[in-house]
This record gives sequence, C-alpha cells and structure tokens, in this order.
Amino acid sequence: MKEDPGYYDYWPYEDRPKIEWPNGAQLAFWVAPNIEFYELDPPPNPYRSPWPQPHPAVQGYSIRDWGNRVGHKRQMELLDKYGIRGSISLSAALCDHHPEIIEMCKERDWEFFSHGIYNTRYTYGMTEHQEREMIKDAMESIFKHTGQKCAGYLAPALSHSEYTLDLFAEVGTELFGEEGGFYSCDLFHDDQPTPIHTRGGKRFVSIPYSLEMNDTIAYLVQKVPPRQYGKALKENFDRLYQEGIESGTIMCIPTHNYQVSCAHRIKAYEEALEYITGHSNIWVATGKEIANYYLENYYDTALADISAKKIRN
Amino acid sequence: MAMSELDKNYLQYPHRSYGMDHKRYDWSMLQDRPKVVWPEGKLLALWVNVGLQYFPLNQKGHPFKVPGGMTKPYPDLRHYSLRDYGNRVGIYRFLKAFDRYGIKPTFAVSTRLAERTPYLIDKIKEREDEIICHGYHMDALHYGGQDQTEEAELIRKSLDGLRQISGQAIRGWISPAKNESANTPDLLAEQGINYFCDWVNDDLPYPFHTKKGSLIAMPLSTELEDYHIILNNQHSAESWSEQVCDACDFLLQDARDNGGRILSLNIHPWVLGQPHRIGYLEKVLDYLSSKPEVWSAYAGDIVDAWKA
Repeated sequence: MKEDPGYYDYWPYEDRPKIEWPNGAQLAFWVAPNIEFYELDPPPNPYRSPWPQPHPAVQGYSIRDWGNRVGHKRQMELLDKYGIRGSISLSAALCDHHPEIIEMCKERDWEFFSHGIYNTRYTYGMTEHQEREMIKDAMESIFKHTGQKCAGYLAPALSHSEYTLDLFAEVGTELFGEEGGFYSCDLFHDDQPTPIHTRGGKRFVSIPYSLEMNDTIAYLVQKVPPRQYGKALKENFDRLYQEGIESGTIMCIPTHNYQVSCAHRIKAYEEALEYITGHSNIWVATGKEIANYYLENYYDTALADISAKKIRN
Repeated sequence: MAMSELDKNYLQYPHRSYGMDHKRYDWSMLQDRPKVVWPEGKLLALWVNVGLQYFPLNQKGHPFKVPGGMTKPYPDLRHYSLRDYGNRVGIYRFLKAFDRYGIKPTFAVSTRLAERTPYLIDKIKEREDEIICHGYHMDALHYGGQDQTEEAELIRKSLDGLRQISGQAIRGWISPAKNESANTPDLLAEQGINYFCDWVNDDLPYPFHTKKGSLIAMPLSTELEDYHIILNNQHSAESWSEQVCDACDFLLQDARDNGGRILSLNIHPWVLGQPHRIGYLEKVLDYLSSKPEVWSAYAGDIVDAWKA
C-alpha cells in the first residue's frame, strides 16, 4: 500500500495559468446523472457488502429501481427544459437490461461514460487482469450500444485499486486510441481540471465531479432537507462563478434518479438549475467536452506551470 | 500475477439481459403505462397509511434490529414506552385530525397490537376504515434465508389473528421494516393477500409474479414517511410538512400531464402524534384536503380503481 496515490502533484489554487472556457465563459457547468443497475442478489465481495440485509434487500434495491422506472424521465425533462445534455455515469449492464433508457439519452446526444458493469460489483479484490477485463467489458458495451468511444471513468460504487486509472487509460487507448479513456471523475482534490500521471504517460485529466454536490451524499449520507441541498447548489455555483473571472472553474452536479427526482426533492433541484443556467458567461457542456477542451488548450501549460512550481519548491 | 480474492463468478453476469435481474415483476417505465383515471375524475389519490405497531421489549433483533425498535440494553423502557405512546395518545390526535379534514386512513396493524389493545381495534372497526396487516409484531421479521415453513406459519398466525379480531378480510400487507425473504410474496398470495406494500420501486401499483395466485405491489413511499424524514434524516416536522406539500404539488402537475398519481403518506402516531408535531400533520392534511383534485381513499380502494 502507498502513502499517496501518486496521481497528481501539489499545485496551489493561486497564480495558475488562466483558463478561459469557449466564448470567454468563466465557468463550465455539467450535470452527471448516474444511471445505475444494482443487482438483487449480487455475489459477495470480501471487502464490502452490497446490501445491509440478507438478500433480498427489498428497500435498497427497490428505491434504486424506482430511479429507472420513474425518476429517470423526470430528471430528463428538467435537463431538456434548461438546455443541459447529461453526462451519464453508466452501469454498462443497463444497456442490456433497460435499452429504452439508453435510447432516450442517445436521442438527446448525451454523453455516456463508464461506471463499471453493475454498481454491486466492486473493484476490491480483483486482480489487475480481472479489473482490466471489467473495464474493457464496460467500454466495449458502451460502444456497442451507443456508438460512443468512452472517454471518462467513475469506478463502480467508487471502488478502486492502485491501478484503476492506469488500466482505464490503457484500455481506452487499446480500444480507441487517443479518443478513448482520457478523463477520470474519481478524484476530488480540485475545482479545476488537473493533469493525472498514469503509468503509460498518456495525456489524461481529472475533471472535477464533486462529492459535495452529489445528491446521494447530500441526501443519503448527510441527510439534508431538499431546500438546503438546493441552497448549497446555488451557493457553490455563486463562489465558483465569481472565482471563474480570475481563471475558469468547473461545477458538476452528480445526480441519481432515485434521489434527486423524488417528488419532494425535484423542485429544489429545478430551482438550482434555473438559477445556474440563468447566468450569462457559463459554458454548459459534457464531461468529455470539458476534458477535450482542456487537453487541447491548457494541459501543456498546466504541466509546465506545475513543473516550474515544483522546481521552486 | 496475484491470485484473485474473489470467487471466479465475480465477473460472470448470468442475469445480464433484457428486463430485470429476477423474475418477480416485469421491467416497465411509468411513462409507458396507460393513463390512470381515479373515481370522479380526481387526479391524485391520497393514501394516508397509519402504522399501528407493536415493538416488544424482549426484542430478539434477528437478523437485524428493526428500525424504530429497541436500541438500549434490556429493558429499554425509553423506546418501549415511547412507541406505546403512539398507540395510547398519539393515535387519538390522529383520529381527530382525520375526521376534521375528511381523510380516509388505512391502518397497518401489528397483529400482536390487535391482540393486546381491543379498545383501539374496536375504535378502528367502528370507523370502518381499512385495516391491513403489518406482520405479527415489529420484531417478527421476514428475511432472506428464513425457513419457509417457519415463515408460512408466521404469516398464517399474523393474518388469522388479525382477520378474526378485525372481522375484515385483510387484503393488504406490509412486512415489518418492509423486509422480506425470497418466499414472502408467494406465501402472502397463498394466504389471500391481494396487495402488499414493501417494494418502493414505482408510483403506481403493478403486478407481481408469484408461484400461486395474483399479487399487486402497491408502493408505499419510504422517502416521504415521517419516521424516515424526521427520525432517520433528522429534519424538523416543519420540513416534513414542506416536503409533503412540495410532493403534492409536483404529483398533481404530473397527474394533469400524464394521468392519475398516488401520494402515499406512511405515518406513525409515535412520531407525528407528539404534541409538538401534530400541528404539522394537521397543516399537511389541511393543504391536501383543500385541493379539489385530491381523492382521499383506502389503499384497497385505490388498488381496485387502478385495476378497473
């Protein structure tokens, strides 16, 4: 085990080279609906139990199923209304189970990125070979069902190994060359993109995804009331929008249809979306669009700046 | 290469195909269903479900401690008596509120409570409100791995007892903690249950497959229930009332656009029947009953109207 994952360097949030998003936008805004499939009777993993009760865990399973049966369309209507294309963190098996949902997203030109096969299969305990197979299976499924070359990763249930990002970058290259596997949502160390070291040295970035704005963290872990979540979204935006004048920032709202789309919560979410998209000078984008733009325009400058600051240390 | 610590089936996915990963019900998105019309052209069916629960002091906690049950070493007098408060005091505040706002409540009763409190059950019987079975008591859990004969007997004891005491047919069921074994739906259908309320995966009833007989799943929201919001999430009673009113507004609009919907409110007299909270229940009932498009109905009547 390592003391530090080694993915990125210390890079202070001041005096960085200025980022300007397309058309001079000061903030890049993206919404990442997690569209997940949890299994009713998944195999055991020695490091993490998928469900707290002996199977069938009716409550946990069924509310997540509600997200697919009912909640998905509700959030999709909101994103349509405010002109937002979702960037889907996808349990790839959902392509097989619920192709109707995949079709609805394809019609809207939403982005699909990998969130593993099932959200009840954890990376913990996998050999490097097994993890590579799982990552490849998910990227191939996404390509087969959507025609998209998967660019981003959020490990299933945020379960990682020491090799997760290396493997994702390598499998992306193996399948799609430079067009596959070049950004990660797994790290929460910054409000701007950062270059990531992978063992193959690929041009690879971390795109801020945010646990703090994640509806499941807010509602299930911190257990906040809906209106407080809506307020936090607006306040988070206000600060990043203001700081974006100095150098472009990113705000992501990661969502789950079984949380944010509930009838008693969706109003707070809608108010935040209306507020955020009501601002000028923001770039409403997908994760891949942000990553691509950054790689093309700022990645090299960032590497040089990080390197110069390390030398001065 | 390192040996995997996982069984070799960990990367095999036998159920990875169209629909669900089990055969209990069919995959179906709400948007693809026929539009539902409630009686008299109403848009939103209001199902007020009152849990009348018995939490025994000598809780076994097998295979887990039921949420809302005893948490302290025996004898946990604080939790036993505070739950009992609901059935002695809180419930009579509820009944007054229901009558004041013209609400038709459905009572989900632990059979053991019915055995212990004939006065309360007579009171409900006189009102002719619907009674459904909430299991034998809150510590008599149904769970994965439970012996099937033992569970069948538990269900028989719960239903026979409640049917006898209530004089009602008892068509509906909620498992304690909404927890089940793989056999629970089959056993319920075998013993004359028409609808059950454990699965929270939809906003409308839907057919559930069983080995014998038909069974309807009637989703009862956990996310909106008083226990979940006020005690689990630690929100104020005022916040609960805001959340319910927000849900009502959203579902009413959804119903206008897409056909009849259900607002299911699962409430407990030991939670909302407290003097400092009852006002917020009244506020909610006042708001809901002021909407002409809302149809307050028993769970069984909602299921029947949905079938029709």
